[in-house]
Amino acid sequence: MGNRWVAPKRLLFSNSIKMDPQVIIIGAGIAGLTAAGALAEKGHHVLILEKEAQPGGHVAQWDRLFPSRRPGSEVLDHIRKIMDGRVEIKPGIRINGIIAHDQDFTVLTEEGTSYTGQALLIASGFRLFQAERKEEYGYGIYDNVITSAEVETVFKQGKKLLTSKGTLPQRVALIHCVGSRDEKVGNLYCSKVCCVTGVKQAIEIKEQLPQCEVFSFYMDMRMYDRHFEELYFEAQKQWGVQFIRGRLSECSEAPDQSLIIKTEDTLTGRPLRMIVDLVILLVGFVPEPETGKLVEMLGLSTGEDGFILPSDEHYNDNLTTVPGVFLAGAVKGPATISNTIADARAAALQIDSWLKTKP
Amino acid sequence: MKDFGFTVQLDHSIDYDAKDKRMMRYVLYHEPSLDWCIGCGSCTATCSAGQFTLFNIRMAHTLLRRGETEKLKQELKKCMFCGKCQLTCPRGVNLRNVLLRINRAIELFG
Repeated sequence: MGNRWVAPKRLLFSNSIKMDPQVIIIGAGIAGLTAAGALAEKGHHVLILEKEAQPGGHVAQWDRLFPSRRPGSEVLDHIRKIMDGRVEIKPGIRINGIIAHDQDFTVLTEEGTSYTGQALLIASGFRLFQAERKEEYGYGIYDNVITSAEVETVFKQGKKLLTSKGTLPQRVALIHCVGSRDEKVGNLYCSKVCCVTGVKQAIEIKEQLPQCEVFSFYMDMRMYDRHFEELYFEAQKQWGVQFIRGRLSECSEAPDQSLIIKTEDTLTGRPLRMIVDLVILLVGFVPEPETGKLVEMLGLSTGEDGFILPSDEHYNDNLTTVPGVFLAGAVKGPATISNTIADARAAALQIDSWLKTKP
Repeated sequence: MKDFGFTVQLDHSIDYDAKDKRMMRYVLYHEPSLDWCIGCGSCTATCSAGQFTLFNIRMAHTLLRRGETEKLKQELKKCMFCGKCQLTCPRGVNLRNVLLRINRAIELFG
């Protein structure tokens, strides 16, 4: 393990008193970046290991954020401004081993390099539910069935939302709870962000295409956070988005590539079918499979939902059962961006006090 | 017609595209607050007519949305226009005007 970068960095940060406390953060999404910034502000030397080529995580893919519809890039830029020049990010890293010593952790990568730090923060986030798994919705089979993530890409590129034929959609259906609250795919939990994302995207579609009819198929509208209910009201009041209570049961393609959707209109108690030009699946969170490897390497525990369990859900929700290993963000389950940022700052505080009390 | 000893069951489902939505458009145009409904059922729970008949104003609204005109016509006859539904609505929907407008829409398009 001759590749420890500890020595040169210590020279660089020679204003610190004794040995530099070093934190290795796994994941350069908003959780990892926020925690890195907060730790750097406290004078700690931080290294982030990221599996993708670019930092930013999922937020880098989103156009505008709920509920205020501010650009996602604005939030990301702010977080990066805090940590810029003070935090080192290694992109394209694949971890294949972690060795826990008495005082530190050594992370081994597939490339054969290794990094050692005194604390480890797991901020490796989540993955979006693969919509193909709900085969009755026809994602990957019918061209006009797309996901909420693809809608963000269209908006981010400043393009118009079009059907596969390149025409303007006259009627769009947003489908809630895709991959969430669904025992069939093994996900009993609610993904927390899809309801409000659906309302936000419904408004954005109406903004872009005022003539387009927008329908939202939901089981309940979970508008739990601040300004969410107001956004829902705005969608009804200002934009005429129509909400039909019923879960989509199946989707089939008509010869002209429009889609026939079937649901129960639970408020009339009768089956309902409707032809739409575009179906948007609001995909939920699933645990990141790569995180599962870290869980095994470190001997951490997960809940039935597959997300990592903190050592105490109320008092120590950034701590794990392994001293020196911390958690931040969506590794613990579905979370909004604002919740993730707050959680990452809390994790940074926990790490800071832990490093200070270390013998 | 020859009796073959069986009947054909009509499709019970709502075919949204086959329905006439003129009444819905008329009512929404004249009473846009109907768009604010969240289907909570407060109106139906408090409804005077609903205590004695099967009248369900929450359902009547949904029938209007789906273009189920025939059923809607039968339903509306039960309303007494007492306005209690409007007092209890958490979204502030002007339900008395909605009901008046549905009746007018029935005259116009029904």
